[in-house]
Amino acid sequence: MAESSKAPHGAMLRIRNLKCYYGRIQAINGVSLSVRSGEIVTLIGANGAGKSTLMQAICGLLSQWEGEIRFRDKPLRGKKAPEIVREGVSLVPEGRWIFPPLSVMDNLRLGAYTRKARSERKSVAEDVEAMLELFPVLRERARQAAGTLSGGEQQMLAIGRALMSRPRLLLLDEPSMGLAPLMVRKILDTLAELREKGLTILLVEQNARAALQTADRGYVLENGRIVLDGPAADLLADQEVKRAYLGKDYREFTEGRV
Amino acid sequence: MRRIVFLIVILAVGLAVDNPYRLQLLTIVGVNTMLTLGLNMLMGYAGQISLGHAAFYGIGAYTTAILTTHAQWPPLLALPAAVLLTAVVALVVGFPTLKLTGYYLGMGTLGFGMIVYILLREWSAVTGGASGLVGIPPLAVGGFTIRPGRDYFYLVWLMVMLLFIICERVVDSRVGRALRAIHDSEKAAAAMGIDTIRAKVSVFVLSAVFAALAGFLYAHLISFISPGSFDFMMSIRLVTMVVIGGMASIWGAVLGAFILTLLPEWLHVFADYEVIIYGSILMTVMIFLPQGLTRGVLDIYERSRHKFNSARSAASQG
Repeated sequence: MAESSKAPHGAMLRIRNLKCYYGRIQAINGVSLSVRSGEIVTLIGANGAGKSTLMQAICGLLSQWEGEIRFRDKPLRGKKAPEIVREGVSLVPEGRWIFPPLSVMDNLRLGAYTRKARSERKSVAEDVEAMLELFPVLRERARQAAGTLSGGEQQMLAIGRALMSRPRLLLLDEPSMGLAPLMVRKILDTLAELREKGLTILLVEQNARAALQTADRGYVLENGRIVLDGPAADLLADQEVKRAYLGKDYREFTEGRV
Repeated sequence: MRRIVFLIVILAVGLAVDNPYRLQLLTIVGVNTMLTLGLNMLMGYAGQISLGHAAFYGIGAYTTAILTTHAQWPPLLALPAAVLLTAVVALVVGFPTLKLTGYYLGMGTLGFGMIVYILLREWSAVTGGASGLVGIPPLAVGGFTIRPGRDYFYLVWLMVMLLFIICERVVDSRVGRALRAIHDSEKAAAAMGIDTIRAKVSVFVLSAVFAALAGFLYAHLISFISPGSFDFMMSIRLVTMVVIGGMASIWGAVLGAFILTLLPEWLHVFADYEVIIYGSILMTVMIFLPQGLTRGVLDIYERSRHKFNSARSAASQG
C-alpha cells in the first residue's frame, strides 16, 4: 500500500549536477534539484543567481549545458523546445513574453500550438473556455490586443497561455515581478488552486516570502549554486534566508559588514 | 461577401476596358499583386525581410521560358516544373539564410538575388544572356489558346483571387498565428513550442511559389524575357509595394502593387521630372502614413469620424 501510493509521487523533474554556459561564462555551477509530482517547489535567489538560466535550460531554450535533466524519467538532453512542450513542460517566462499586437484569444490559442491534431480542436476550444473561466478578466478583453492589458492581466494571460499546452509541469519565472502585492497574492492563490487540480509547479521567485508561503519546498540559489534547501516552512524561519531574502535584520546585516 | 465584390470588380473591369495596352497593364498589375501577396506573408506577417525576391520570380519565368522554347514542352507541363524548381531553391536557400535576422537576413537575401541575376545574365547558352529569351509560346490549354488581352487578364486575376483566399486562410490559421508570434518575438514563439526555423522556411517557400507562379504567367504574357526584369531594383520595388500598401494586410499588398505599377504610367506626363515626383510621393506616404496606405487611410477615417461625432454631440449639448 505504501509502495503503490509512493509511486505516483516519484520525482517528476530531476536535475543532477547541471552546469550552464553563455559562451565561456558559467552561469550555473552544478545544481541538483528535484520536483515531485503534485508539489509546488520554489527556487529563490537574487538577480543574477542563475534562476532564469536554469528555467531556460529545462525548456530547451538554452542548449549549452552539461549534467542531467530528466523529466518523468526521460532525459531531456538534445531535445528542442517544441518537443519538450509536447512532453508536458510549459514555461511562463520572466517578463511574460506575451505577444502584444495579437489579441488575447490568439495569445491563448498560441499556447496550444503543439496540439495540432484535428481531433484536438474541440478540446483546445474547451481549454480556451476554461482559461476564460479561470481568469474572467481575460474574457472581457478577449478581442483586445494583449499589449493593452495591465501588468497583472498580462501575467494571467501568460499563465493561461502556458496552461493551454496541458502541461504536467508548469515553470514560472518571477510571476510577481512588477505587480502590486494584491495581484501577487491572487496569482499565487491561483497556483495553489492549480496544484489542487494535480498540476506540478516549479516557481522561481525573488519575492521569497510570498513564494515560500505558497510552496511545499524550496531551494536557495546563489551564484549558480544551491546553498540551502528544505521544506518551505523551515526556510521561512531560517536566519540566513531571513537575512538575505526576507528583508529582516537589514540594519544588523549592514552594520555587521561596515 | 468581400470575395464576391472582388470577383464582380474583376469581371466589370475586364468588360469595361477595351484598350489592349490598358488590359496588358492591368494584367501586369495582377502579376505584381501575386508577388506582393507572397512577399507580404513573409515580410508583413512573419517579419522576415527579403531583398532578393525577384530571384524567385526570375527562376519561375526562366524555367518555363527555357522549357517551352529550347525543349518545346507544352506550357502546362512547364508550370509544375517551374513551381517545383523554385520551391526547391527556396528550401535550399531558406535553411541557412533564415537563421539570420534583421540586417543580416537582408544582406543574405540580397546576395542570393544578385547571384541569380548574374546567373541569368551570364549563362548565355541557356538563358540567352543579357539579350534574353524570345519566342515564348502563349498559354494553351488543350486546343484552346489564352492570348494576351481580355482572356489573359481574367486568368491572371482569377489566380490572384485564388492566392488571396489562400493567404486569408493561412493568416487565420494556427500557422498564421505562429507567424505573427515569430514576427513579435522569436524566443517567445519558441517557448510556445513553435519550431521557428521550420515555420520561417515554410512561409519563405510559400512566397517563392507565389513568385514562381507570377513569373510563369509573366513569361507567357510578354513572350520575351530578359534579366533586367528580375534584378535588384525589382526586388526593391516589391518590398516598396508591400510597405506602401501596408505590411501585414492582404488588401495592402493588392493596393501597393496597384499603385506602384500604375504610378509610373500616370507620371509620364511629368517627363524628365517623373523620378523625382515618384520618389516624393513614396517619401510623403512613408512620413505621413508610416503604417502604409490601408492602415493609414483607415486611421484617418476613424479619426475624422470621431471628430465629427464629438463635434455633433457638442453641438447638440450647446
